[in-house]
Amino acid sequence: MDCFVGIDLGSTTTKAVVLDTAGQIIGRGITNSRSNYDVAAQVAKQEAYTSARFALLSRELNARENITKEDREMLEAALLAAYRHELFLGSLNRLENHCREDLENLRFANTRRELSQALEVILQGIRETADSIFVPESVARSDFFRDIAGSAFIEAASDITRNGGPAFDSMVGMFDRNIIPVENETETRGFEDLLMAAYHRLPKGLLEKDAELAELLKRIATLELNELRTVGTGYGRVRLPFPRDCIRSEILCHGLGAHLMFPATATVLDIGGQDTKAIQVDPQGVVTSFQMNDRCAAGCGRYLGYIADEMNIGLHELGPLAMASKRRVKINSTCTVFAGAEFRDRLAAGQERVDIVNGLHRAIILRAMSLLARSGGITNEFTFTGGVAKNPAAVRALREVAEENYGKLILNIAPDSIYTGAVGAGTFAMRDIVQGIKPGQEAA
Amino acid sequence: MTTAAKKDASQERQKTMIAEHFEKLGHAKENKQKVVYTFVPGNLTELLANFDLLPVLPEINALQSGMRGKTGDYIHLAEKSGHSEDVCTYVKADIGMLKSGNIGPTGEKIPEPDLLLLSYTGCFTFLKWFELLREEYDCPVVMLHVPYQGDGNITPEMRQYVAGQIREVLIPELEKLSGKKFDEDRLREDLKRSAKAEDDLVWVLESAKHKPSPIDAYFGGVYYIGPIFTSFRGTQDAVEYYELLRGEIEERIKLGLGPVTPDGVMNEEKYRIVVEGPPNWTSFREFWKMFYDEGAVVVASSYTKVGGLYDRGFRHNPDEPIETLADYSMGCYTNLNLPDRVNLLENYVRDYDADGFLINSVKSCNSFSAGQLLILRELEKRTGRAGGFIESDLVDPRYFSAANIKNRLESYFQMIEAKKAKG
Repeated sequence: MDCFVGIDLGSTTTKAVVLDTAGQIIGRGITNSRSNYDVAAQVAKQEAYTSARFALLSRELNARENITKEDREMLEAALLAAYRHELFLGSLNRLENHCREDLENLRFANTRRELSQALEVILQGIRETADSIFVPESVARSDFFRDIAGSAFIEAASDITRNGGPAFDSMVGMFDRNIIPVENETETRGFEDLLMAAYHRLPKGLLEKDAELAELLKRIATLELNELRTVGTGYGRVRLPFPRDCIRSEILCHGLGAHLMFPATATVLDIGGQDTKAIQVDPQGVVTSFQMNDRCAAGCGRYLGYIADEMNIGLHELGPLAMASKRRVKINSTCTVFAGAEFRDRLAAGQERVDIVNGLHRAIILRAMSLLARSGGITNEFTFTGGVAKNPAAVRALREVAEENYGKLILNIAPDSIYTGAVGAGTFAMRDIVQGIKPGQEAA
Repeated sequence: MTTAAKKDASQERQKTMIAEHFEKLGHAKENKQKVVYTFVPGNLTELLANFDLLPVLPEINALQSGMRGKTGDYIHLAEKSGHSEDVCTYVKADIGMLKSGNIGPTGEKIPEPDLLLLSYTGCFTFLKWFELLREEYDCPVVMLHVPYQGDGNITPEMRQYVAGQIREVLIPELEKLSGKKFDEDRLREDLKRSAKAEDDLVWVLESAKHKPSPIDAYFGGVYYIGPIFTSFRGTQDAVEYYELLRGEIEERIKLGLGPVTPDGVMNEEKYRIVVEGPPNWTSFREFWKMFYDEGAVVVASSYTKVGGLYDRGFRHNPDEPIETLADYSMGCYTNLNLPDRVNLLENYVRDYDADGFLINSVKSCNSFSAGQLLILRELEKRTGRAGGFIESDLVDPRYFSAANIKNRLESYFQMIEAKKAKG
């Protein structure tokens, strides 16, 4: 089947979507951007294709009459979990190979044996962790190999040190050195091999639910997905190995993406890791004006990241924590570098953690409001995108401040808003083909 | 997007003129020539020439230092001696240059001033800048008080007020400094030459109405305004330079050629842009490349009017030599009120058939930056064309974020494209 791909290379994550010829999203993929955009683009795209094939599988299973809805859902979930498990183990094997190669270095002559044994135990620990994570009923904390493997590695390493094993630092150092090459490589097995390996992981009882499952999986795995065009966007876009006309600015992609998700969108606010964009679009999703933060990333997603680090909690816990606050502490500085100092200073002044965090959320929204005002204000409907749109406290603050300044508004937030730029890029790819532009030709 | 670079004869001519001027400055003290520091907006070059005084333009020194990559250190030196980060970076670059020996762009030492002449007080920073230099050099200062065009025009009273200051304060001061008598006939002759060169400059700037435009009226434009805005107005050199330049551009139009860029001739004109605000000097070439790589040509700019709005009809008038100087001092771009600036830019967008207008908001300059967001909104409303906004600085390299600016410019050009495609 024919399809189009949009890739958004952000400063924190790289996103890809696959669209069918009707412009419907059939697959999504996301990965951390790391230092290598080429690999990030490849991984995100692979993931998007994987998710597209799983979507096609779901469509096929849906059409079958010999399997109940409940069984079908169970089967799909188990297969997806097993597939991810396979991918994870593939990465883990690569990590092991790199660590072993690393240990061959002369400087480990005296500690090699000890470290090698420790590595064995650590890897076993990670495998056990993976067994408990990649099950249909479990919601993964993070999709990224670095996060899952990293925390399991550290946990196992600290147990080993506590029990008289090698120094904690020497083991964590081994992880830090070797995770980078792992992240810069892609899975060598193709989709079909991975899917069949996942299939063989399914419990027997589940396999019996559909006698023709293996055949169906083979068909889905070998179905040709004919990529007609890919358009890339985001900060890393210049690194993409595409012709110039297959690269679009993220401003245009976010504007169009937001319009596609919510067609009545007039104003878009995107708060990402390193930049905030205020965009005005016309009724066709064409950008008419925009403003971005300049010179510094104060008040962007990374600011909240630093605060979370400062508090030693996960970024995703920050919003819910702030939601518990009933008071508002006024904070003026949104400087990312000063975030920690600001936070500690408030604590020292006797203010409550939840109230401070609430104030911090309001502060970044106030900064975004200034950009919005500069871009032409907020016109109904108002769509909020980017990683920070997932934070309930930021959303609450935005709703309050926007309404204080511009009156009652419809505030749209899509659950998959992180893909807004990629959706815009994919749609540009589709439109280019419809307009007869081939790769290498400048768009009109 | 471009083909081979070659220096035009006019460029070579200008280079020689500048080199000769700096050489004169380098030997001013031994030749017993007096030196006057003054600024570009409202400069009274012909009047200084009347007394054989040599002008030095500190903001031109600052921007040239910026282009030569020296201002980072200069600004650092000025900040070390107590000037805050918020102070205009032209000032700090000048102070830093002074502290580093005052070596000009040709390697010659720039002589100390015998007089500081401020002929445009619309910029408060200029005032403070000369107060600082007065402390450093302990020399006399003359400041003309120049009224703002608050109501959008120059009234007879305003004219009389400034002309009175020139006659009663400035000329006697210059006579005293130079030991020479004011020669009105000579001034008339110089002003005639000024008007002649001004005619050709306007022709050059307006050549951008052609499609494709034979010039870039911003990045190229800053070179074209050089002689007339600085030390050469009223000289035969300036007249000849502009004749030469005009001839070259006539030729370009005949051949249907686009502007000359550092990488050669620009072959394809994809976007015609009007730009408001000064350029960034520390990354001037990189900044320009971001335009010509995308096929964007600047067809009109307000920055090339900081030394006078000749394209709106002003010419130095030899029949009223003092009054014309007064008009000139009040007529520079930053002395216009906001509605007038909007009208001017709106006319540029229409007259030059621009696809959009872009504001480069520089951190240093309040004279330019105040009101720019209002200008942006108003122009969008009036013209329906795409407006863009980027931020940088004059000569502080810390305030030129190439990745951000490139990102915004690319987005802006693509926005124009999307708008065009929609029709």
